[in-house]
Amino acid sequence: MRGHGRATPYLFLAPYLVLFTVFVLGPAVFGLWMSLHDWDFQLPGKPFVGLQNYKDLFDPLSATAEPFWHGMRATGIFTIASVPFLVAVPLGLAVLLNRHFPGRTFFRAVYFAPYVLGVAVIGLMFRYILDTTFGILNAFLGIFGVPEIGWTTEQPYAFVALVAVTVWWTTGFNAIIYLAGLQDIPAEQYEAAELDGANGWQKFRNVTLPGLRPVTVFIVTITLLASANMFGQALLITQGGPGDTTTTALMVITDVGFSQFRMGQAAAMSYLLALCLAVVALITFGLMRERKS
Amino acid sequence: MNTINRRLVLGGIGALGAAGILAGCGEGSAGKPGAAPATGDGGAKGYEGPNVELDFWNGFTGGDGPFMRKLVDQFNTEHPNVKVKMTVMQWSDYYTKLPTAVSSGRGPAVAIMHVDSLATNAARNVIEPLDDVAKALELKQEDFADVVWKAGEYDGKRYGIPLDVHPLGFFYNKTLMTQAGLDPAKPPATADEYAAALDALKGKGIQGHWATPFTFTGVLSVQALLWQYGGQLFNEDSSKTVWHEEPGVKALTWFSDLVKNGHSPKNVAQDADNIAVMNGKNAFVWNGIWNINTFKEKKGLEWGVAPLPNIGGTKAAWAGSHQFCLPKLKTPDQNKSTAARVFVNYVSQKSLEWAKGGQVPARKQVRESADFKALTDQAALATQIDDLHFPPPVPGIGDALAELNKAVNEAVLQKTDPAKALADAAARADKILEANRKKYGA
Repeated sequence: MRGHGRATPYLFLAPYLVLFTVFVLGPAVFGLWMSLHDWDFQLPGKPFVGLQNYKDLFDPLSATAEPFWHGMRATGIFTIASVPFLVAVPLGLAVLLNRHFPGRTFFRAVYFAPYVLGVAVIGLMFRYILDTTFGILNAFLGIFGVPEIGWTTEQPYAFVALVAVTVWWTTGFNAIIYLAGLQDIPAEQYEAAELDGANGWQKFRNVTLPGLRPVTVFIVTITLLASANMFGQALLITQGGPGDTTTTALMVITDVGFSQFRMGQAAAMSYLLALCLAVVALITFGLMRERKS
Repeated sequence: MNTINRRLVLGGIGALGAAGILAGCGEGSAGKPGAAPATGDGGAKGYEGPNVELDFWNGFTGGDGPFMRKLVDQFNTEHPNVKVKMTVMQWSDYYTKLPTAVSSGRGPAVAIMHVDSLATNAARNVIEPLDDVAKALELKQEDFADVVWKAGEYDGKRYGIPLDVHPLGFFYNKTLMTQAGLDPAKPPATADEYAAALDALKGKGIQGHWATPFTFTGVLSVQALLWQYGGQLFNEDSSKTVWHEEPGVKALTWFSDLVKNGHSPKNVAQDADNIAVMNGKNAFVWNGIWNINTFKEKKGLEWGVAPLPNIGGTKAAWAGSHQFCLPKLKTPDQNKSTAARVFVNYVSQKSLEWAKGGQVPARKQVRESADFKALTDQAALATQIDDLHFPPPVPGIGDALAELNKAVNEAVLQKTDPAKALADAAARADKILEANRKKYGA
């Protein structure tokens, strides 16, 4: 290899580096530049405003602060409420589907199937299911004497509905990753545990969970980020309501950037959101890293 | 246009996520759209030049799409040297895509825009003034209701050629009215008649007017009521919000009291009010004229439509309007400009065909024709023409109106007292109005 010179590794990297620069680094830097301006790509003047867009987000009297922090709050609530389910439910499902039983492949497909649907499809579908007066869910609950619940118009039901829909929709994806992880745990470890007299729960706790640790770190991190980026479900099912309680940060950013054409402010919001997510991701990593005793 | 599409405009289902914000707008820094071409006769004398192809963008994804396509096909057959290529997309995508396309030089030659978006797009250099077309079409203020005419103007210039007007109307279920002992041939027209009708329905266990907390069509109903009570959304120069003053409070109180007084269930979900009329559970709904074709398709539904009842004392109704506009071309092309004007001219004169899709033609002459009057449902709503209101032609006005949507949502869901909800929303909207004045230099 030495004969090929120093350029070799960089040549191998080049294709990815080009893509990365054009589609990630470039836009990111450009966005940072934008966030320092009062930016509307259609208007001739794009005055430089320094950190004003960021300052505005911390000034309760500005037009952008309130919607943004309401959005952050909605995002936070949704993330905290959904991530535990999105991590635990697929894990349970994966353990079950990892057993040998007839029809296993069929069930794997069944649980993964919703993930294939587009957000518009599930949004429309659940708007019918969750409709207060005509929805099948309230009709079903009515059989047991439960009064009508405003799944899309009342809190906390709106969040319950959004979390449930999201779990139903995306469980399959995480379950597949867990399944792959489960198949990487050597069978010998289970055999050894059995020889030591471990029961099912002990095997799960002492073999399965530690074996899945790297996979779990990965799943928790991507699920956190995915939940924090929730957009379509709230837009289509609750339309950000009741009030603006389920208007997520991303919905606010989209509205400010693409409906109000305040790209500078929207970019500033994006960076603040990105910063928060980076911090959260780092903390998760820190908490879940392998502890060497 | 069906309700879902209209609603998505407001929801703004745009690009998914922050990545879009970061990546989406790279091209635009160069965006200095071409200067307005010389315009000549505004398309009145036809187009004699070499073959041109015109892109025509709109958001007619609903039942109105086929009607527009028919007009385009007809135009193409009659004009062999012009080929109009119609592209239909969701309104929400459309309003984000159009400015980007224009600034990168890939915008269409002709487009449709809602009246409340004209000023914003004019201020943002997305569309061209077209006073010459108005002149060539001999369009005069007298041909239209004042508001329709004025709503197409911004900064002293005309930017939109009105194609239609789509007002809110009063739809009613005749079967339920008969059940409650009401005369289905005489829908209630005043506040007292309306209250009596609701009570009669309630007496038969029917919740007569479901109040929806959503923009379609709860907010539109509240706006109509606000004007009926003699109010305005904004002050004279649109620098301040005034919807939280007495008329607005009365309007929102009347509407949210429908729930309190048992005329509406709580927590009405999106479109449930309209579905309930079709299912025979709800008697009255105030919905857009586009609802005519929806109701027509429902078999066995006995329904009627009338102008909005006058609850507040002054006749008034919310309305929208589709307007033709000419997006700026990056490289001015005289042939395209002329041909585009010919096309606008052509369709504008055929607006009777368009009316069949569930619209009121903007032109008086078409509106007063016997052919239009034969479309009895549309004609019934057309009688409101002089009582219609549009948002003022101020750039970014929709950003401020979005706050009203929240207020109505909270009040109708019985979460916040109407006066407080309106005042809070007004305070937020005032900040947006101020920021917009700065942004658009008004």
